[in-house]
Amino acid sequence: MAGQLTFDAVATGQGADTRAWLARRAEAVVLPVGALIVGLVAFGGFLLAVGKSPLDFYALVHTGAFGSGFAWQNTLSRTAPLLFAALCVAIPARLGLVVIGGEGAIVLGGVATGALAAQIAGVPGVLGVPLLALAGALAGGLWLGAVGALRHYRGVNETISSLLLAYIAIALMNHLVEGPLRDPASLNKPSTAPLDAALRVGDLPGLAVHWGLGVGIIACIAAWLLIERTTWGFAARMTGGNVRAAQVQGLPVGWLIVGFTALGGAMAGLAGMFEVTAVHGSANASLAAGYGFTGILIAFLARHNPLAIIPVAILLAGFEASSGLVQRRMDLPQATTMVLQGFVFIAILASEALYGRLKPFTPERWRQR
Amino acid sequence: MQSFAMPSRRRFLEGTAGLAGLAATSAWPSRKARAQGLTVGFIYVGPKDDFGYNQAHAEGAAAVKAMAGVTVVEEENVAETVDVQQTMESMINFDGASLLFPTSFGYFDPHILGVAPRYPDLRFQHCGGLWSEGVHPANVGSYFGYIGMGQYLNGVAAGHATRTKRLGFVAAKPIPQVLLNINAFLLGARSVDPEITCQVVFTGEWSLAVKEAEATNALADQGADVVTCHVDGPKVVLETAARRNCFICGYHADQTALAPEKYLTGAEWNWATVYTAMVETTLAGGTIDNFVRGGLAEGFIKMSPLGPAVPDAGRKQFEATRDAMLAGDFPLLQGPLADNAGNPIVAAGEALLETDVALESMDYLVEGVLGSTS
Repeated sequence: MAGQLTFDAVATGQGADTRAWLARRAEAVVLPVGALIVGLVAFGGFLLAVGKSPLDFYALVHTGAFGSGFAWQNTLSRTAPLLFAALCVAIPARLGLVVIGGEGAIVLGGVATGALAAQIAGVPGVLGVPLLALAGALAGGLWLGAVGALRHYRGVNETISSLLLAYIAIALMNHLVEGPLRDPASLNKPSTAPLDAALRVGDLPGLAVHWGLGVGIIACIAAWLLIERTTWGFAARMTGGNVRAAQVQGLPVGWLIVGFTALGGAMAGLAGMFEVTAVHGSANASLAAGYGFTGILIAFLARHNPLAIIPVAILLAGFEASSGLVQRRMDLPQATTMVLQGFVFIAILASEALYGRLKPFTPERWRQR
Repeated sequence: MQSFAMPSRRRFLEGTAGLAGLAATSAWPSRKARAQGLTVGFIYVGPKDDFGYNQAHAEGAAAVKAMAGVTVVEEENVAETVDVQQTMESMINFDGASLLFPTSFGYFDPHILGVAPRYPDLRFQHCGGLWSEGVHPANVGSYFGYIGMGQYLNGVAAGHATRTKRLGFVAAKPIPQVLLNINAFLLGARSVDPEITCQVVFTGEWSLAVKEAEATNALADQGADVVTCHVDGPKVVLETAARRNCFICGYHADQTALAPEKYLTGAEWNWATVYTAMVETTLAGGTIDNFVRGGLAEGFIKMSPLGPAVPDAGRKQFEATRDAMLAGDFPLLQGPLADNAGNPIVAAGEALLETDVALESMDYLVEGVLGSTS
């Protein structure tokens, strides 16, 4: 699907028929945005049905998420783990793989970070923090790389295996932080030893938002470059379009599958690393906060385009940032945000059926003129 | 549920009226406008009607709501992540809250400790008893109750109700607070009959309904006929146990309504007393003590009314034990006492009182508890 899109772009871009090219591109923007709006409107109907005002709701979302400096800080400080979690879904998705177990890679990335930090206490931050990032990325990468390997070598469905492995990862984290890695001083909340101050990651200059956001945005851009501008990315998109054809062409399909799932896992592992180094200061059960699952929604909304992940993650973080205000002002339960996400997700999935079927977006229509 | 599918006309009108109303009041009252009275924020880690930990706190918040000159804002299902930090700041910035009760144990470090120094004029009260002078900010306070004593009283009632002399305990994690409750429950029962044992099952999570139900069924299968628990929401454990014809002892909040015939009693938090007292102090311009603890006598905990299944002898011993606790200096662990691996804990002739700090790093199960901490 994605591969086909770019073939058109290349073919028609050179043919100077920019209107056809634009039509194709517009489809990729108009349909998701339209689906988002349909989801929001449908959710408004749901609110009316329970006797609440949708306008109140959306005004509060604006106030709580984007209406002031504090609101933006609230939103952006929730964005970082979502960027990484969404990349974890989007990167393998370009190969046609649906990996939904990013949560497991996040918690194990966090545990690896906590475990290594306890060993390298005293190492200066310039050296220590990159080492921790490496540990987090490695743990997450190995975990989901195994999913890719199972898929390629044993034919195990990657969706199911990654989800089930997420539960195993959480159990493993609980075992490790309550057992071998536990700081004996953490009595009633078992955790790894607190990180050295030098190993803590601070805030972006001038913001009360940690560096995870900056690195997350860079990671999104890098992932886009990898997929759209390198031969590796081209090979991956081709494999995603048709595995057989890719094999016939002699592409290393196995390496691509393992490599891209591992890269996705490494991204999720980084989310765990930033949670430990910038937020919690040690690894514990709070790492399993559900970011991995929100990431799935974001990646689908962004149609697995790493650049689109940035605004979509900010939007979803905004929904969550405002959910408290909505809860307090409108007396709606916290599950309201989940219902909203559900409406949006269903609208997005339904919109998938429309690709290539709407006349204004068909390049042929424009070429004929 | 019905109203979701088919909105009644009234509901629809209410909703659309809201649309119109919004146009008039597009800006919400700012922090200044709202700060005339005292605004108190309560933050819960789970749903506030969970029949458990969060409901106990929400009942305390409801008592504060009834006080004059106080506005209460609440938020439930707030995770122990950046989520709670932002919720605290959101309550401060949007609602003008100046006294906050982030009630989950895991909110303390690093979340409250991270936010509190930025708002030195506001007050953060954390449930869990972790504050220590000189280490933590002065505008943070910590409070907790000796709920283990309630589990001891549960044990007394259970000791009189059991026929099989086998009790069951569904526990979340093997941490000191939970181990103390398990041990207290068994010791209470053993004050009735020293042959009673208690089987414990750890689920590994604070809230995991499926495992809690499985554990309860396993306990009933093994012959336990009185079951209690320490998880966030005891509803699943107690309902499952009652269905398996076990007697039940409650925890966190009053769960009589779940199975009135089977409910013996329950160890409940009494946060209404604690919260109204703290808010009164604040309203009067005073400062809340940074470190507050209490038990039955101080009104931090209370017991559910005894159920019909507790025999008269049990009722008498329950009341006598409670009175002894109210008198103070109740010896929770009395020597000679060993753990369930045979290692001595308390020597003969010695005792650990309910208030002893040594109990707060408990890492053992006493003899008579079947199960292991690892």
